[in-house]
Amino acid sequence: MIETVTRPHYGNLIRWAAQRPEVLVLSADLTASCEADGFRDAYPERFFSMGMAEQNMMGFAAGLAREGYFPYVHTFAVFICRRPFDQVAMSIGYPSLPVRLVGFLPGITTAGGVTHQAVDDIALMRIIPNMTVLECGDATDVQSVLDVAQAVDGPVYIRQLRGEVPRLFPASEPLRLGCARTLSEGGDVCVLSSGICTEEAMRATAALRSRGIGIHHLHVSTLKPFDDPVVLEAIRRTGVGVVAMENHGITGGLGSAVAELMAEHGVGRPLVRIGLRDTYAHGASRDYLMREYGLDAMALVGAVSRLLGKTLDIGADDLAAVRLETLQAVEKTEDL
Amino acid sequence: MLQRQQPSAAGTAEAVADVAAAVRRRVLEHTLRNNGGYLSQACSSADMLAALYLRVMRLGPSQAPLQPRPFAGVPGSRNPHAFTGADYNGPKAPDLDRFIFSPVHYALVLYSLLIELGRLGPDALDAFNRDGSTVELIGAEHSPGHEVTAGSLAQALSQAGGIALARRLRGETGRVWVFMSDGEFQEGQTWEAFAALAHHRIGNLGVYIDANAQQCDGAMSDVMTVEPLAERLRAFGADVREVDGHDIEALADAGDGVGHGRCPRVVIARTDPCRGIDLMRERAPKLHYVRFKTAAEVEAYEALLAALSEARQ
Repeated sequence: MIETVTRPHYGNLIRWAAQRPEVLVLSADLTASCEADGFRDAYPERFFSMGMAEQNMMGFAAGLAREGYFPYVHTFAVFICRRPFDQVAMSIGYPSLPVRLVGFLPGITTAGGVTHQAVDDIALMRIIPNMTVLECGDATDVQSVLDVAQAVDGPVYIRQLRGEVPRLFPASEPLRLGCARTLSEGGDVCVLSSGICTEEAMRATAALRSRGIGIHHLHVSTLKPFDDPVVLEAIRRTGVGVVAMENHGITGGLGSAVAELMAEHGVGRPLVRIGLRDTYAHGASRDYLMREYGLDAMALVGAVSRLLGKTLDIGADDLAAVRLETLQAVEKTEDL
Repeated sequence: MLQRQQPSAAGTAEAVADVAAAVRRRVLEHTLRNNGGYLSQACSSADMLAALYLRVMRLGPSQAPLQPRPFAGVPGSRNPHAFTGADYNGPKAPDLDRFIFSPVHYALVLYSLLIELGRLGPDALDAFNRDGSTVELIGAEHSPGHEVTAGSLAQALSQAGGIALARRLRGETGRVWVFMSDGEFQEGQTWEAFAALAHHRIGNLGVYIDANAQQCDGAMSDVMTVEPLAERLRAFGADVREVDGHDIEALADAGDGVGHGRCPRVVIARTDPCRGIDLMRERAPKLHYVRFKTAAEVEAYEALLAALSEARQ
């Protein structure tokens, strides 16, 4: 069985910040909800409660960053990207300040409904010049993303996971800036997935490979800059086409980044974008929403089926029967 | 040696008023030459800005060239050449103050003041609104005297709050001064910022407000009133002083003691948007940006400029 880590950011933030006195945390009344309560209790002199006032919080973070501190702003992704967008763009983005924006509840991971579901955050942060955009897909990503963000010269948006988070990748293989993780190799279809969609994709790719279909599967955690040569090479080598799969709208996120990359490099292959198709979602369970909006493993099976132009004999039961394990480097499946 | 801006020959009320009058004259001259400018802002704020530089703020000498630098590109990890215009306000040092300029539509007024103070060269306005220049129409952080990018109004106070908090964390004695316009008190972010300044007991920050009761669409009382401003600010936990914005001594006194308390100081300076240029009163309430429409109007303002220049001799 796959390992599940409970509140990975909580403990990691405390450990990671222990020897970094220049790291501050700002929170907008969602401290425990963003797993920053441990930091608050451990280092109260470095924690600043800014209340439900995100526009002002972005300005304070900018001022602190101008003075040499590294503010880690914690709130839900929607309250970083939508409500104070101008403050993020003008007070933080333009001067390229080292503010780290840690946004929780990506996409449809919350039953909180449309107001709490960040389905456009990657798009909004990608269009801000100077902004680096990262997204975590498992506990190992969560526990290594702070090192990556801290090394960036400029502002960083981290699309973060909370709560019960699966460990898909070995703890010994940290997230690396601009480097996709290769999860399987194969020549028919290239699958690029991000965030929680990677676990779903792994379920589908296991079933697809068992039917003899070669899947080159990459997990993408750096959405901007989007210049990983491994991604471009995988897209170029694909036999039939490419699928981009994300817990986000299909406009402006991973699917758009892949489309831009393919167009700019003249890679003439069909691209299927799996994501929310120019729609909002609503409050319901994550599993229900992933099924309802076509973000789950079955959606990937359908996309591959369309690319191959044939019906695949894979049903919900087949996908449910897939038992995922935390990947080991040596276990990467090769289907050539 | 760092200059201390204490009352001296250069800091008497008369000397400060002279600098303010020279700022108004220079802005009028520039407005005539370009047939357009933020002239009423000079009328309302010149006394206050001159008092801040000469009587209130502890600033060192300018570290920047008299000739304004050309634009060096937007900040970013790939541009090591980007700079801010804060070095016109002196070096950054633990005991020195910082100046954060919020309503950057007043940029022409600040540039003119920096010229009168010798922090910018006398020809610096030749670069005003010229392609490739930092002496921009609406200032940004690279513009002389500017430290943050504040053109999307009401964002500077929060940034100043972060700077003040950082300085307190480091135990610095220097204060942070913010110049704001009353129109910015229509933005919700301003009130978010005052709530945070009070909550975090930030006492090393002072705000001077040019309360000229004017904004782009006309009189603030018609567009969206912010009064009673003093009562509202007191309710938000600020230490509020309300003064005649053209009384140099009152303006200077209102900044006394900032840095020793546990709440932000706010000086509401009630100002006259036509101060020193009575001709402009006939344009009221549209004073935000002055552009001359007739030859007779240009002639009248030219005559005024000549009279003001003569009076200076």
